[in-house]
Amino acid sequence: MSKSSRFARMKDLPSAHLLGAGTAMCAGCGGLEAVKEVYDVLGKKTVFVNAAGCMTLTAVYPFTPFQGSWLYTAMASAPAGAQGVRDALDILKAKGRISDDEDLDVVVLTGDGSAYGMGLSATSGAIERDLDFLYLCYDNEGYGNTGQQTSGATPLGARTSTNTLGFSGDKKDLFAIWAAHDPAYVATVIGSEPLDLARKIEKAATMKGPRLILALSPCPTGWDYDPKDTVQIGKLAVKTGIWPLKEYVEGRVTHTRIPHPRVPVEDYLKLQGRFKHLFEPKRDDFTIADIQARVDAYWAEVENGEG
Amino acid sequence: MTRLLLTGNAAAAWGARLAGAEYFPVFPITPQTEIIETLGRWIDHGEMGGRMVTLDSEHSMITAAGAGAAAGVRTFTATSSQGLLYGMEMLYTVAGWRVPLVMVNVSRGLSAPITLEPDHNDILAARDSGCLILHAATCQETVDAILLATRITEDSRVRLPVVVNLDGFYLSFTREPVTLPDATLVSRFLPDLDPGDYAFRADKPVSEAVAVLGGGPYSYFRYETHLASRAGLAVFQEAAEDYAEIFGRMYGALQNHKAADAEVVFVQMGSFATKAQDAVDRLRARGVKAGLVRPFLIRPWPGEDLREALKHKKAVVVIDQNISMGMGGVLHSEVAGALYGHPDMPPVLMSAIGGLGGRDIVFAEYAALAEEALQAFESGETPPPRLLYSETELREIRKLQAIAAVEHLEHEGDEP
Repeated sequence: MSKSSRFARMKDLPSAHLLGAGTAMCAGCGGLEAVKEVYDVLGKKTVFVNAAGCMTLTAVYPFTPFQGSWLYTAMASAPAGAQGVRDALDILKAKGRISDDEDLDVVVLTGDGSAYGMGLSATSGAIERDLDFLYLCYDNEGYGNTGQQTSGATPLGARTSTNTLGFSGDKKDLFAIWAAHDPAYVATVIGSEPLDLARKIEKAATMKGPRLILALSPCPTGWDYDPKDTVQIGKLAVKTGIWPLKEYVEGRVTHTRIPHPRVPVEDYLKLQGRFKHLFEPKRDDFTIADIQARVDAYWAEVENGEG
Repeated sequence: MTRLLLTGNAAAAWGARLAGAEYFPVFPITPQTEIIETLGRWIDHGEMGGRMVTLDSEHSMITAAGAGAAAGVRTFTATSSQGLLYGMEMLYTVAGWRVPLVMVNVSRGLSAPITLEPDHNDILAARDSGCLILHAATCQETVDAILLATRITEDSRVRLPVVVNLDGFYLSFTREPVTLPDATLVSRFLPDLDPGDYAFRADKPVSEAVAVLGGGPYSYFRYETHLASRAGLAVFQEAAEDYAEIFGRMYGALQNHKAADAEVVFVQMGSFATKAQDAVDRLRARGVKAGLVRPFLIRPWPGEDLREALKHKKAVVVIDQNISMGMGGVLHSEVAGALYGHPDMPPVLMSAIGGLGGRDIVFAEYAALAEEALQAFESGETPPPRLLYSETELREIRKLQAIAAVEHLEHEGDEP
């Protein structure tokens, strides 16, 4: 990827961290892991416009882990909040009422519940208006804050608190939905691959227009695994090919990591209680093979098309 | 001073323009759309400054408006009916943000059944939101109310959104002569918006609208919002006095007509109250000492003014152009709440519902209500609430029902 990145190797990543400790997030939260890494690169000249979700509880009166600004909106309309703040700052700059130094980068912070569902209309509108903002979705594949009910991001076979026998549908392709709008930038990231994440945030930060960052966020409480396994599960999500790391720029999708050879999906699935019913008491070969086949089909298409 | 013939919607657009609003997040809906179209045309042709952005919904629109206001620019928007309800979550939310914001609602009856013409169930659904509410009855009042609203919403004692309401069709599309305030005098009435410390700037980070845990902090902030709204009574009064001094038109929280010496008083709000005003004059000509009390300020609710205006009256008839299903007229209960338990209050407080979905209220109905109210004073027995509906209307709906029944039968006949 970008040769000019200041993040050539792991030791180039920021060693001092901006995000404060002691939030109400669960131990091992993959979403917070990603937010922390993103924040280190973006810096504190930012205003986070938040949609209802787990991260809403990072800022509880009178505390906040953010050194910059914050505005909580509602579940459906964080991108519209970003629109209002961006427009207002532009008006104030144009009229000379604030200086460029006082300006802020506007960042939507949302979970998958809003991003894949209720917030899609507002998000689509913000992209079509070419709003200059960064959109960060921590995707834990369910309504995590309310106890992991099925969301538009829940994958095939996952047990949720509303699909206790496993979800029979499949995760929506939000990357493709975003890319279909032809925004400035779309990327998938994961906190367990911090170098890839930092390079993508660094790149996005230099751009104008809608920039959308989708972070798969392993969730110990929702996915039912030991918090110590968050990084391992994240790494397996990439190695199995379940979570492709990629970016979209100017009409072109590029994979920033092509796992080769791919680890079987069951190595990823069996670490998580939400997939336990696929292995016990009786192994569900059909569903495991189905999940593997979908991943294989994805990568076959990548190899035949772009790469 | 410019005198123009303007629709209510054009008057609203003029109000926003004269108030110096600079940010306009919008979304179209009948019968409000002419407001945003007028503003958009002025901006596009350089007749006024400002930035307009069309959002994907009223929910997004109110979010963007609140966020823009939170970032420190003078913001104006407009909606109606279903749009107000679609954005209702954010109306409550931005009130809690304590941002200055002026929004026009052009009243229209609520679905279902879906309709276009006005009543007040939309605006009254916002009565508990924390937003202040002014209800204009004429095109002139629409312009003036928007300027008053801009001053009140930005007052540091209030800092709550203000909704200016006007009735769809009967006011939004009706032309009336309007005296436009002189733009050069507006700055005397409206100082520049001072966001104070409450705005997003890189060198002064702020966290707005953060979560609270527990009922203690939550109650504190909710009480603060309520008290800020109540402070709006005095702020309204000051603003109205300044407005009168600069522009020569004085507004009270109640806009009354021949109420001082009346024996029987109608309480009604909005453009339909001008029908009540006309009825009062005609009843006076017949020797009935009628009067009108018209709330112009709906939130904060001017209870003290109502007691003052209604004390020692023989009878009051509250005419609600809304219906709280299973209860009745909203204003009736609000007036009752203001009067009950205080000395010298009228012994008769009648309720009538009329004007739903733009249904006319005719003089004969006002006359009958006044007569019934005065009889109730004599007998000491208040009649039950009246749902205004004429025999003609009943005949018309029966005809429609008959047609519907025939269509239904014919359709059933088509079935194999």
